[in-house]
Parts: sequence; C-alpha cells; structure tokens
Amino acid sequence: MTILSAGAPGSIVRRTHPLWFLVPAYVLLLVFFFLPTVFNFVYAFTDWSGFKAAINPVGFDNFVQLTSDGTLFRSLRITIVYAVLVAVFQNLFGFGLAVLLERDTLVNRIARVFFLIPVLMSALAVGYIFQALLKGTEWLADTTWTIVVVALIHAWKWMGLSMLIYLAGLKTIPLEVTEAAHIDGASQWRTFWSVRVPFLAPAVTFNVATALLGSMNGFDIVQATTGGGPARTTEILNIFIYRTFGQGLFAQATTMSLVLFLLVAVMAFPVIYVLRKREEIL
Amino acid sequence: MTRRLQPVVALLLVAVVIGVPLWLVVATAGKSQGEAVDPDLTPPTTWHLWENLRQVWVDADIPAAFLGSMLIVVPTVAIVLIIGSMAAWVLARRSTRLTAILYALGISGIILPPAVVTVVLLLRQLGLAGTVTGMIGVYVGIYLSTVIFFVTGFVRTIPEALEEAARIDGAGPVAVFRRVVLPLLRPVLATATILICLYVWNDVFYAFFVIGGRIDTLPLNLFQVASAGLYLNNWHLIFAYVILMSLPLVVTFALAQRKIIAGITSGAVK
Repeated sequence: MTILSAGAPGSIVRRTHPLWFLVPAYVLLLVFFFLPTVFNFVYAFTDWSGFKAAINPVGFDNFVQLTSDGTLFRSLRITIVYAVLVAVFQNLFGFGLAVLLERDTLVNRIARVFFLIPVLMSALAVGYIFQALLKGTEWLADTTWTIVVVALIHAWKWMGLSMLIYLAGLKTIPLEVTEAAHIDGASQWRTFWSVRVPFLAPAVTFNVATALLGSMNGFDIVQATTGGGPARTTEILNIFIYRTFGQGLFAQATTMSLVLFLLVAVMAFPVIYVLRKREEIL
Repeated sequence: MTRRLQPVVALLLVAVVIGVPLWLVVATAGKSQGEAVDPDLTPPTTWHLWENLRQVWVDADIPAAFLGSMLIVVPTVAIVLIIGSMAAWVLARRSTRLTAILYALGISGIILPPAVVTVVLLLRQLGLAGTVTGMIGVYVGIYLSTVIFFVTGFVRTIPEALEEAARIDGAGPVAVFRRVVLPLLRPVLATATILICLYVWNDVFYAFFVIGGRIDTLPLNLFQVASAGLYLNNWHLIFAYVILMSLPLVVTFALAQRKIIAGITSGAVK
C-alpha cells in the first residue's frame, strides 16, 4: 500500500477520512432541512394559499396582518410563557426525583422505571389522559391559568428524562469531594448545596436548554388537552401553524413558522451562552 | 430516619403521580361506553377491557397503522444512523476550517426548528408529497443533527491508533469505518436509536403536514380515533387505543431498561 509514502502534510488524513463520507448526510440535510428553511424566508412574503394556483409576492402583508390583529404577539407571548414554565417545572421535578431516587436500592430502581413510562408514551396520549382526568373541572377552562396547567402536564411527561440526566450528573461527583466536605465539618445540607449541586451544572445546561427549546416546538400535548383554547389562550405558535395550514392559509402558516424560527434562533444562543458561562463560574 | 422514610415517599410518589393517570387509562379502557362517558377513577362494574381492545383493533384498523409506523420508523433510523455516523467520523477526525463550518451547520438542527410548512411545498416539487419516502426524508433531515452531535463527540474519545492498525493491514476507509469504527460506536448508536425511535414513533406534528390522510401511522390514527371519539364520548375506545399503542414501547423498555438507562446516562452529560 502507499500509505507510508504520503506526500504533503495532511494528505494521510485526506485519504483515510475522505470527505465523500460527508456527502450523503449533507445532501439530505440540504434538501430536507436547509432548503425548506430558505423557503420559509421566501414564502412568508407571498400570498401562497390553498385557494388559488399562483403564488405572488406581497411584501410584508402577512406580517402586517398578523401584527395588526394581535395574533402574532399573543402567540409569541404564549409560546415564551409556556416554554419558560415547562423549563422551570420539568427541572424542578426532575431534580427532586433524582435526589430522592439517587441511591441504587431496589425500590428506587423500580420507581425510576415508572417515572420513565410517561417519557415513552406519545405526547398525544398523555394529553388525552389529562383531558379526561381534568374533565369537568375548572383546570382546563380558565383563560389565565390553563397555560400553567398545560405546562405542568408537559413537565410531567418529560420529567423522567430530566431525572435520568440529573442522576447521571450525581453519579459523576467524585466520592472524595463529598468526604472531604464531611471531614471539614460541613453539614449534610451544606455539603449538598455547596459541594454536590455545583457539579450538576452541565446537567442543568442540557436539561434547561432541551426543555426550553423542546417546548417552544411543542404541539401534541397542548393540542390534545385544550386544542389551543379556552379563547385561544393556550395557542402556542405550532398550534396556530397547524390550524392556519389546515384552513389553507399556507402563507400565514409560513410566516408564523418563520417567526418561530427567528424566536428560537434569537433565544437559543444567549441561553446556551449564559448557561455555559455559569458552568465556568461554579 | 430519612433512610427509612425515603422508600415510603418514593413509593407514594409513584402511586400518586404515575399510578393515578395510568389507572385512569386502564379503568376507562375496561368500562362500557355508558360508564366511560365521564371518565373517573372508579373501577368498571364489569370489565370490558378485552372487548374494547378488540373493537379498536378492528374498527380503527390498528394493524395497518402499525405497519405504516414501522415502514417509516425502521428506514428512518437505519439511514440517519449510518449516514450520520459516516459524516460524524470524518468531522471528528479532520480539523480544518471547512469541517468546523460543516459541523456547525450539521448540528444546527438540534436547536433550530424545521420549516414544517414549506417542506410540504418542497416535497410537492420533488414529487414526494404524501409518500413514505418523503416522510422518511423529512425525519432524516430533522434528526441527522442529533446523530452528528452525539457521534462526533463520541468518536473524539476513541483513540485513532485503533484505526491505524487496520489501515496498516491494508484496509481502505470504507473497511476501516465498517469493521473498526462502527462496532466501537455501538453504545452511542444504541442511545441514538432509542431517542430517534421514540421521537419518530410518537410524532404526530410532522406526520400531519407530510402524510396526513394518505398513510396511517399509530399517532395519526389515534388522533382520528380521539377526534371522533371525543365527539361521541368514546373514552373507553380512546384509552383502549392508548394501551395498544403504548404497550410495545413500554414492554421493550422494561425488558431492556438497564442497558438503555446506562446508554442514555453515559451519552447525554459528557
């Protein structure tokens, strides 16, 4: 073989890890991910709809209309409130469960499996379960508080996954560190908050980021429990997109899809940056 | 004191937080239609679980929906894992500005939401609207980022010397990848398989836009059953469906839980 008679520096890497290995993945990414995203920026400025064949540019008309009737900012506000609530609840529950079920006893191992069942179930099914459970109560009928209830349901479904990740974080803490704190006379409470919790920073980053971004993309749970109601007070962006698409208003749905894209892009980078910074300090 | 209290608290929490909703599913699925109109936690006076399961199995045509789900999930997972780890391997081993940019683009989909409306237009232009192929393409596009992210991180922890030995024996890149790298990736691929199976198996949102009404999958079918069922107050059938749909995943997980938990915990936080 000619491997040892390599010419220019780096040519071994080029031959042993050829760039064509990237081609299938990036072709599919280009076609099914990047192109539709580019289309988002184009068709949000047209009158594309299910009612006529031609598609014409209309400038900012869709944005103007969505802004003037209040839909845009209401949906944005609801989506952000929902995402923040989910991130808070899901992490509180997941963290609490991880601390409670940390030791590897038989009871704890069984309990962990039970808390993972909601993670495995479809979000749609979870939504129907809680719709049935809360049927006839005020819980899903209040225009102010229903969004909180729906966020709690979302957090209920995913708390098992947060629990797993916090458990993994707790397992990475070296035993010597907690022992050292103990010898130095730190109380259990103090050891927990000042010594062990800081080790969980990477798990917090992962959990908060995934919960926040995941719930901004939420759909199934809200659709199955409230369908966006009462009085559209739980209509997060994806519900709006689904509803307007179903009505044949494709351009409006695209406009909202673009808004969601921009919202997530704008929120994601600071969130991840701040959380990473916090990891360094702790 | 806390040592003795902890198992009691744990079991109580399981019973209330998980037990109550699951009991509601089982109890309602066991009721007659009359009893199930207002779902509550009372046990059915007589159990009709078996009849209800059979009725949704036949009426909602679960076998067809199951087949539809399988036709989409299996190729999606296979394609996304193979081409994703091919790309991740090269991205992890080559450190040039080009690969850094490609890596950033490759993982951007973890954060950025897919353009679900315009993908429909694109599929129409490609002649893939409403087809299994189109659906698989969309899912592959969405989940490639996850695979590239996890696998690239994992490859960097594998010593390159393991590949060199095979190379000196005369193996080309394809052989090295297939015989040396892929087997080493098994733990991370196992984790990714579970995650992607879960997401695709349970997805209803993207399926709505791409194949809604033309091919049935289990979640799409559940949505139809439930939309009609809520109107008709057929809660017993909705929850019979939920049981049939959730059972395969829950059983698979219960059987493989130790391995899966180990895989997820080692993959996610590092």
